[in-house]
Amino acid sequence: MNDTLLETRGLTRHFKVGGTFSRKRLHAVDDVNLTIGEREIVALVGESGSGKSTIARLLAQVYKPTSGQIVYQGRSLADVRGRKAQLAYRSDVPMVFQDPFSSLSPAYRVKHGIMRGLILHRRELSAAQRRDEALRVVEAVGLRPAAEILDRFPHELSGGQRQRIGFAQALAYRPRLILADEPVSMLDVSIRIGLLNVMAALRENEGVSILYITHDIASARYVSDRVAVMYGGHIVEQGPTEAVLSDPKHPYTQLLLSAVPDPRAPLDTSVINDRGEPARVIDPAPGCRFRDRCPLRIDRCGTETPLLRDLGTNHQAACHVAS
Amino acid sequence: MPRAAQPLLSVRDLRVEYATADDPVVAVDAVGFDVAPGEFVAVVGESGCGKSTMLFALARLLSPPASIAAGTVEFHGHNLVTMTEKELNVLRWRDYSVVMQSAMNALNPVATIAAQFADAVHAHAKYSKQKVHDRSVEVLELVGIDPIHLKSYPHQLSGGMRQRAMIAMALLFTPDLVIMDEPTSALDVVAQRALMMQIKQLQAELGFAVVFVTHDMSLVSHFSDQLLVMYAGQVVESGPTRTVFDRPAHPYSRGLLDAFPSIRGPRTPLTGIPGSPPDLARPPVGCAFQPRCPVAFDACTTTKPDLYPVGAVGSRCLLNAPGREEATR
Repeated sequence: MNDTLLETRGLTRHFKVGGTFSRKRLHAVDDVNLTIGEREIVALVGESGSGKSTIARLLAQVYKPTSGQIVYQGRSLADVRGRKAQLAYRSDVPMVFQDPFSSLSPAYRVKHGIMRGLILHRRELSAAQRRDEALRVVEAVGLRPAAEILDRFPHELSGGQRQRIGFAQALAYRPRLILADEPVSMLDVSIRIGLLNVMAALRENEGVSILYITHDIASARYVSDRVAVMYGGHIVEQGPTEAVLSDPKHPYTQLLLSAVPDPRAPLDTSVINDRGEPARVIDPAPGCRFRDRCPLRIDRCGTETPLLRDLGTNHQAACHVAS
Repeated sequence: MPRAAQPLLSVRDLRVEYATADDPVVAVDAVGFDVAPGEFVAVVGESGCGKSTMLFALARLLSPPASIAAGTVEFHGHNLVTMTEKELNVLRWRDYSVVMQSAMNALNPVATIAAQFADAVHAHAKYSKQKVHDRSVEVLELVGIDPIHLKSYPHQLSGGMRQRAMIAMALLFTPDLVIMDEPTSALDVVAQRALMMQIKQLQAELGFAVVFVTHDMSLVSHFSDQLLVMYAGQVVESGPTRTVFDRPAHPYSRGLLDAFPSIRGPRTPLTGIPGSPPDLARPPVGCAFQPRCPVAFDACTTTKPDLYPVGAVGSRCLLNAPGREEATR
């Protein structure tokens, strides 16, 4: 494995739900240990409500963790204080958002967003250098002619082009890790692949790591080195992408894989009865959060929360039964 | 599936235009297909290809500036296009019903499921209170929701349950045709697959036909009998689903199929389809797909292709025009 760039230790985030006097807590992310290496694409896969976006926002410091810590380049983020250090982290770890139609301001030309990032995060550049750098990042995401694109307004671009601008903006900061939260889910299928290829090229040519958050496990396989599967706020399985997908250990991963529509394979009807009801994560009792849907359930699952344990080379699953 | 002699729904040369200050924009052009009783017909295409507009035209739900400019939609032998609202009201919900996209928003958030079911019933029939209740319980049980949820509000149900409730509502009168507009697009893969299985099972039990619109081609691969691939307002390929998946005739269908990474087999680099769908206000001359087409040739920029027969399927590609057959195979 590559050198570690960022890791989380026992990362936890709870949200208060209900009225003013409610004591209910929604456990969005519970005790997550996630590692992202240098030049690595890690896919975080899970259904809506599984906590994957919360992790991205915790890493982007939109939310403060309830407990646990985020360690970036060997240093805990809790120790990163002062405007300069904060800015340095933010330029190292930018975020690309899901919706390319609302994440770019319609009132400004494309170059505005890119230039702002350059002015804020790369003070050393002269105006001419900034212009060159803006052209470079737009070309790096596969948009040509770059000079013309920079002068356009977002409404003159298609969804795929806008999402590429999202990546170009992030790239302008000269990042180490891009947090990509469902970057292709709003795009048409015929242009999704193009954007996934851009992500792979950015890792290749710019050396960035990417945390690719998605509910589409097939696209995760296409682009990622490692995959972490989330369910109900926990990581239930993680490992090298091919290992997890060819030999899924956790029953939830198995269910997820069997449900992916694949025109090239016969219909898998082995888990027909599962309705896809989401996990209950408001004040959950101890025990496995998948147990109500699990075909392998044993008594222990109702009392003891399973922890990730090694089941293969770098391949871990949080299940009492799996082997 | 053998085609029945008398189709339930028969669409011919359907054309829908959006009125603008300049020339009208043609959103749906020359669409024609048949739906046999009990058949599952899937319509796939990218956003803006006119699939939802076409669906709304079938159900006569278009509102200005969109209107049906030409063509016929025959349902049970009656032309829906020329019917008045009053005549339509007799058919709507009783004989054909519609399941809208994103049940998250299609249900009224401040009314219980029971109240919304009752609204649908009262709009089209005179049922006693007891009969409405009994029927509501029946249809909820059909889709596998505990009838206790009749008293629930939409926010108390999960996304999958809301979508099921929408389908239950569409079945209140056991219609012959259920039109579905991307009913699974807001769901996770597991819930999505469960819902598709449920629709197929209900179809087998109750015998209604389904017209199912989706942007996700792979979703319907195992479920639909007939497949229509739409691009820029036109059907570019139509035929039995399995045939289209195994031997796509049109370059756009081939491109769509190659745009999905697989979870099995070797990891191969994919290209997707370069470019983006055309602006329908300024459609390309000749074939609409030609600017993005990997196999376009000179004639494509000047000649508009028809839907040519290729074995069991129809393909709107000049390469499939009679006399050019050899070039493609």
